Amino acid sequence: MSWFKNLLPSRIRTSNASKKGVPEGLWFKCLSCSAMLYRAELQRGLLVCPKCSHHHRMAARERLNFLFDDDFEELGTDVVAVDHLKFKDSKKYKDRLSAAQKKTGETEALVVGAGKIHGLPCVVAAMEFSFMGGSMGSAVGERFVKAAEHALMHKTGLISISSSGGARMQEGLMSLFQMAKTSAAIKAMNKAGLPFISVLADPTTGGVAASFAMLGDIIIAEPKAMVGFAGPRVIEQTVREVLPEGFQRSEFLQEHGAIDMIVDRREQKATLARLLAKLTQQPEPAI
Amino acid sequence: MNINFLDFEQPIAELQAKIEELRLVGSDTELNIGEEITKLEEKSRTLTESVFSSLSTWQMTQLARHTLRPHTFDYVEKIFTDFDEQFGDRHISAGAAIVGGTARFDGQPVMVIGHQKGRNTKENLSRNFGMPKPEEYQKALRLMQMAERFSLPIFTFIDTPGAYPGVQAEERNQSEAIARNLLEMSDLRTPIIATVIGEGGSGGALAIGVGDRLLMLQYSIYSVISPEGCASILWKSAEKASDAADALGVSADKIESLGLVDQVVPEPLGGAHRDVDAMAKTLKAVLAKELHECQAISIDTLLKQRYEKLMRYGTASEK
Repeated sequence: MSWFKNLLPSRIRTSNASKKGVPEGLWFKCLSCSAMLYRAELQRGLLVCPKCSHHHRMAARERLNFLFDDDFEELGTDVVAVDHLKFKDSKKYKDRLSAAQKKTGETEALVVGAGKIHGLPCVVAAMEFSFMGGSMGSAVGERFVKAAEHALMHKTGLISISSSGGARMQEGLMSLFQMAKTSAAIKAMNKAGLPFISVLADPTTGGVAASFAMLGDIIIAEPKAMVGFAGPRVIEQTVREVLPEGFQRSEFLQEHGAIDMIVDRREQKATLARLLAKLTQQPEPAI
Repeated sequence: MNINFLDFEQPIAELQAKIEELRLVGSDTELNIGEEITKLEEKSRTLTESVFSSLSTWQMTQLARHTLRPHTFDYVEKIFTDFDEQFGDRHISAGAAIVGGTARFDGQPVMVIGHQKGRNTKENLSRNFGMPKPEEYQKALRLMQMAERFSLPIFTFIDTPGAYPGVQAEERNQSEAIARNLLEMSDLRTPIIATVIGEGGSGGALAIGVGDRLLMLQYSIYSVISPEGCASILWKSAEKASDAADALGVSADKIESLGLVDQVVPEPLGGAHRDVDAMAKTLKAVLAKELHECQAISIDTLLKQRYEKLMRYGTASEK
């Protein structure tokens, strides 16, 4: 229906296509190998290219849908951002927020659900990269804490799926402090003896990498995900040298001991279930 | 142009130069120019007061980064006694951008940890401009955990442009090093009092900044991203740094108005570097009061309050 969409005035058009997301349409060209893929097939394969295994970015809600066995209870939907700085650059923060809400259909960059994975109760907090680059402001931090609190109260595991450029500049220092807040919530999980598994998706950088995302009891990365503290451009400007091949990709991180394992998205649900079961002294789940 | 003065202080610098000149003449001749000097000094003071009564956020940023601004070691020398510097993370390096060690505060054994910038290019190169590498955060954590074992309260002094963004820093997992400190500091069983003395640069600052009290010196700044970095991303030009500093609200007074800092410590007229002794004296009194308050309650209560304080950050509303 793309020709039809072009006829619509722009305010009616819904644009789900972020730069690296998977746009609407019957056919889709793999962003890595350029193979023409039938969209329905790609979606059945969890947006992993069947030809080259490239992992395309996935919306937070789609992740919850494929990870949980059935429906999930969504948490923290009442928590939304506050523009306490009345931040304005070329655009107002408020306008950026409503644009992001319209574009993604989400109210913030973190979607939290409680449900079951292969029968094991747990909480999953997934970041929505299309929502202002998955940036963490006060609402993301608060929703993350709500996720941890739910896990603590129901004595279940917590799983996060990160995809974020880092802290949200538009909330200033308040965003920075979300790093401390979310990390403290993980400490509470540690003390309660409840597992926290962190899944790193492309990209996980800045303030999210430097807080809860790197604090998993087990850290799993998706293949070739970009993960790091500083962005490659900043590093290049600082060291004035060309960065090594594969720098800051999952494989590089694993080689340097930063993460436990790299898991294909198609194996993710089963892997998470098997790990959760072991860390919570449950029998091996039937998968 | 006197480089010890910032651009907006040049009128003060000119007056000061005139006073110096008169002093030189005065010592050479029999003329009594004392009266003239007193008058000019009074004028200089009034001018400084007026300039400093309405500083912009960007001017405060410049003061926070001033080359003469007192650094961690200046406060260690003037506030603490019996300081023994302790080096190293026990694996990789001694660590020069984060310094620390045991000391005494009014006789009480304590742990002091801070970023250390250099005063000139050579010093700055050896201290990496106060930008710590992962192993330096691990050094800080090692010292903090030692402090916990021996019940030493911890004072941290924040003054960094940010954590070092380099290839090796990434290989050694800068993100995890920062995150680990945030996690551990949230529950370390000893009082932690953090003071931003100059530049509070993002995660690199926060990684030694979680605790029971957060203080900021009047002309220090604290920010989620450097104003230059923010400007180049959102304004597409690093030259808009002063606009970004304003929008981000990096100054101590703005941060206080948002309720993110416990106390702003006033600086001497013209900034901390104009009278380091006076600055240290004021700061010491505040630190003593805060430490006393932290030690007046049980450690369990203190930790509960620390956790609740962290959880309160963020005014994300519930509709």
